[in-house]
Amino acid sequence: MELSIITLPLIASIISGFFGKYIGDRNSEIVTSLLVSISAILSIIVFYNVVFNQYEDNIIIATWINSGTLDVNWSMKIDSLSSVMLVVVTSVSALVHIYSIGYMSHDPHKPRFMAYLSLFTFAMLMLVTSDNFIQLFFGWEGVGLCSYFLIGFWFKKETANSAAIKAFVVNRVGDFGFALGIFLIFYLFGTVNYNEVFQQIPSVVDKRLNFLGFEVKSIDLICLLLFIGAMGKSAQILLHTWLPDAMEGPTPVSALIHAATMVTAGVFLVVRCSPIYEYSELALNLITVVGMTTAIFAASVALVQTDIKKIIAYSTCSQLGYMFFAAGVGAYNIAMFHLFTHAFFKALLFLGSGSVIHAFKDEQNINSMGGVWKKLPYTYVLMIIGTLALTGFPLLSGFYSKDAIIEFAYLRDNTTGYYAAGIGIFTAFLTSIYSWRLIFKTFHGSYNNKSIKIEETHESPLVMLLPLIILSIGAIFAGFIFKELFFDTNFWGNSIFFLEPLSEEHPPMWFLLLTPILVCSSIPISYYLFVKNKDLPNSIVEINKPLYNFLVNKWYFDELYEILFIKPSKKIGLFLWKFFDVKIIDGFGPDGVSSLIKKFSIKANKFQSGYIYQYAFIMLLGLSALLTFLIIK
Amino acid sequence: MNFPIISALILLPTIGSLFLIFSKSNDQSNSTIKYVALFTSIVNFLLSIYLWFLFDETTSAFQFVEDREWLIGIVNYKVGVDGISILFVILTTFITPLCIISVNNSVKKRLRDFLIAILIMESFMIGVFCSLDLVIFYLFFEAGLIPMFLIIGIWGGPKRVYSAFKFFLYTLLGSVLMLVAIISIYWITGTTDVVKLYELGIDSKYQNLLWLAFFSSFAVKTPMWPVHTWLPDAHVEAPTAGSVLLAAILLKMAGYGFIRFSLGLFPIASDLFTPLIYALSLIAIIFTSLIALMQEDMKKLIAYSSVAHMGFVTLGIFTIQQQGIEGSIIQMISHGLVSAALFLCVGVVYDRMHSRLINTYGGIVSIIPKYSVLFMLFTLAALGLPGTSGFIGEFLILMGAFKDNFLVAVIASLGVILGAAYMLWLYKRVVFGKLVNNDLNKLTDLDKSEYFILISLALPTLFFGFYPEPLFNTIEVSVNDLIEMYNSNLINK
Repeated sequence: MELSIITLPLIASIISGFFGKYIGDRNSEIVTSLLVSISAILSIIVFYNVVFNQYEDNIIIATWINSGTLDVNWSMKIDSLSSVMLVVVTSVSALVHIYSIGYMSHDPHKPRFMAYLSLFTFAMLMLVTSDNFIQLFFGWEGVGLCSYFLIGFWFKKETANSAAIKAFVVNRVGDFGFALGIFLIFYLFGTVNYNEVFQQIPSVVDKRLNFLGFEVKSIDLICLLLFIGAMGKSAQILLHTWLPDAMEGPTPVSALIHAATMVTAGVFLVVRCSPIYEYSELALNLITVVGMTTAIFAASVALVQTDIKKIIAYSTCSQLGYMFFAAGVGAYNIAMFHLFTHAFFKALLFLGSGSVIHAFKDEQNINSMGGVWKKLPYTYVLMIIGTLALTGFPLLSGFYSKDAIIEFAYLRDNTTGYYAAGIGIFTAFLTSIYSWRLIFKTFHGSYNNKSIKIEETHESPLVMLLPLIILSIGAIFAGFIFKELFFDTNFWGNSIFFLEPLSEEHPPMWFLLLTPILVCSSIPISYYLFVKNKDLPNSIVEINKPLYNFLVNKWYFDELYEILFIKPSKKIGLFLWKFFDVKIIDGFGPDGVSSLIKKFSIKANKFQSGYIYQYAFIMLLGLSALLTFLIIK
Repeated sequence: MNFPIISALILLPTIGSLFLIFSKSNDQSNSTIKYVALFTSIVNFLLSIYLWFLFDETTSAFQFVEDREWLIGIVNYKVGVDGISILFVILTTFITPLCIISVNNSVKKRLRDFLIAILIMESFMIGVFCSLDLVIFYLFFEAGLIPMFLIIGIWGGPKRVYSAFKFFLYTLLGSVLMLVAIISIYWITGTTDVVKLYELGIDSKYQNLLWLAFFSSFAVKTPMWPVHTWLPDAHVEAPTAGSVLLAAILLKMAGYGFIRFSLGLFPIASDLFTPLIYALSLIAIIFTSLIALMQEDMKKLIAYSSVAHMGFVTLGIFTIQQQGIEGSIIQMISHGLVSAALFLCVGVVYDRMHSRLINTYGGIVSIIPKYSVLFMLFTLAALGLPGTSGFIGEFLILMGAFKDNFLVAVIASLGVILGAAYMLWLYKRVVFGKLVNNDLNKLTDLDKSEYFILISLALPTLFFGFYPEPLFNTIEVSVNDLIEMYNSNLINK
């Protein structure tokens, strides 16, 4: 049964991908949705078993790589951590499959789309259920590949293609670090199996090694290298540039891959490796810093974006930052909790925005929307639920997970912890502002779209709304229902390692109330700013033009990378080719030699003039030289 | 004596080509000629599979050895296989029939002669991988140049003569030194029998010069930077089947040579020169990847990527780690499949559009979907995606390199990023995007034979990506014993 969780999506993908032409669009949609839904139900059963029966298993499927001491199996590891991921991945995936039936109804390539979605699900499941680092890497690159396919799904769009390549290559930069991390693990421990590695960790805690001239603790180095991979996949600052561009893909893709599942793989990696990270103070601090920087950076950029999907993308980036800093302060279970709740409300927001985009016939600019809340009542309500959950409105799911993160940062009781808590609170406020800005600009105010009449906008069909409704139930209740479970360190058993038990204390009351108050008060503030007094934001922009430009241009990361990496690579490539290969190597090598020989032979040619007297003269000359030589000797 | 299966493998293609020599070449008989050639090569393939079936994986000793007197008292005709060479034999016999099938569209004139060249080439290649005597090895190694020279020079593109001579000059120049080295080995030890030489060992004072002489030959053939510039030219001018043979098999002779001779015969010198190999390999990986990024000609791009991939191979071999060497062998097999397929992919559109320039194409995915899917698969294999054979080789090489030297592994890993960039960019510009060139509307999708060839290459690429166990089982003992021999030599020096 456990194996079929993984294999069903693969089968679905093969059926739809290779035989979609023969069985038809509708059947492909039904088959893929059905198989992935079965997989979701099985996952929930497994999760149930893990929670109530302490079920754990490590299934070896087959040998994969067996070279010398390196021994890697295709495997399926089921424990608390992977069972949570199983539920998140398969259930969101199933809902997105169903939603896509409606959303992609006008697309001519439906079977291909469904095949990619199912293939992605398969790769993601391989990632989360691996019992070793190399299968993890397989899933890791596999989801990256599917993400590449799906971002570039509309292959005629130049921007989509570029975004797809960017996503893959930027992720490869992360994978570069990740792969080196795996090499180092193998170098130190002679194995890549989680359990075997984790057992040996305490024995190498103080081991130092010389890496490229730096004397570092080996544990720190492993953690940092793995974290580079996590940064790439989870779009953390410096390696985040691909995520907003990835919004070129169809919206269901954004919901599944770029919100709920793939981008959380980095968080999953850190949590999975908690037995290593717990011993590296340096890496944990770095993760906290990167996490909180990403959180505030992305939130600040989200404030001024006008593309509905990009706002949500930056929001995702920011929430991933929260998860990382939760892991960084040692609250791995809370990171997982936020990952869990985030999957519901962020998928809801993405799919909701898809519903809006659908209604506006592919319009994505929120300045060209507005005033349609009566026309799209269900979408409106569902989006509000998603927003409330995201911003951490009391009693909704985001409230439990996000506030817990801030609390644990505070309880960490060191400088990084306090900074993180402060930035966490401020970011929560920013999150609220940009989220409500999105809602108000999209649904309230006056109708601003010039190309479509307001009468033409329409509510989405049931097949799209149904997944939204299910997700909204998760967004409302997931936090409340599961908070005990996720906070309970016994539930996590061996899958998460805490060097020191998590603090049982509670922060002071004023601190607990701070975030909810800010979050609640931001609703009227946003309403005033974006509906009542629209001139005010504009005048703020006018006053702070440089800051505004800085934010609109996303802190100029893309431009910087263009100057630093892309242009030089191309120039160096051109130089090496045109100058080095052609002029120097060929010029002095084969071409040079052959032209030299040619010149030489022309010279030599002249000797062979054919005149006897010349030959005789030369012979005489030679003879006399020889004689002279003999006489002198 | 048992059935001489290795000699049969070597001779069979030549015998097939004899049939062709005595047949008339005209349009009516062309299909018969092709069937004869195809039949020969398929029988040879089955024979090699049978050889693999008989092969004993538990020993590193040479098997199916045939030892006959030839030049009495000096050189024996000695052939045999071990775990390392058998895979290359199978690769050769597998690729050749596919090449023969592929000539349909690409070779318009003198089909008979072309097939003769391919079959004779197959004989020589198998000979290279099976030789257990240096002189025999040298003969096969050099003889292989001649059919390739002819294939480029006669059936090539507009600049074929320049390319053919460049190819010939480069490779010959390197090989002359190897011949000198082989003669000196005979004077030093009194034998050219590889197995005996393994036992005797070569005095360490001679090793350095001998190593360099062999190196000069192998470096050109690999090709290593900076003697790689013949490869892009040769590929660009060669007909598709020629490119396939060149990339898939010819380049592997040198990699095989490094393992069998450089490591096996000159361990002390190999140890000394490892930094040189590392440096050249890294330069090859990084420089040629950057160059590949900027290519406008599809074949040139893939040729440059071959140089980068072979850079990984040479790097892995000299790590002297189980993972590194096994990775290199698997990388060579994988590159044999994948680069062959990529050149065939270029050939498919070239036959239809007569252009290899990237900017001729764009937006063809909806016109020729089957082609696009297969091309995608091979692109992914080339950039080393897990689940394809390309990943296993590359990853193990880097793993082995990391054990030996951190810096080398870090720099080489950068090549993996560049690999993704140039391959995906190539694919995007050729297959995706808007259809600009209206002539492309006339493109027809893969015909039956093209489809068959590409699928035949795709299946092992995927299969060994998920389940490389058969390959590992075959090479494991041989590689392990080679490393042990190498290390014991180092200790005893």
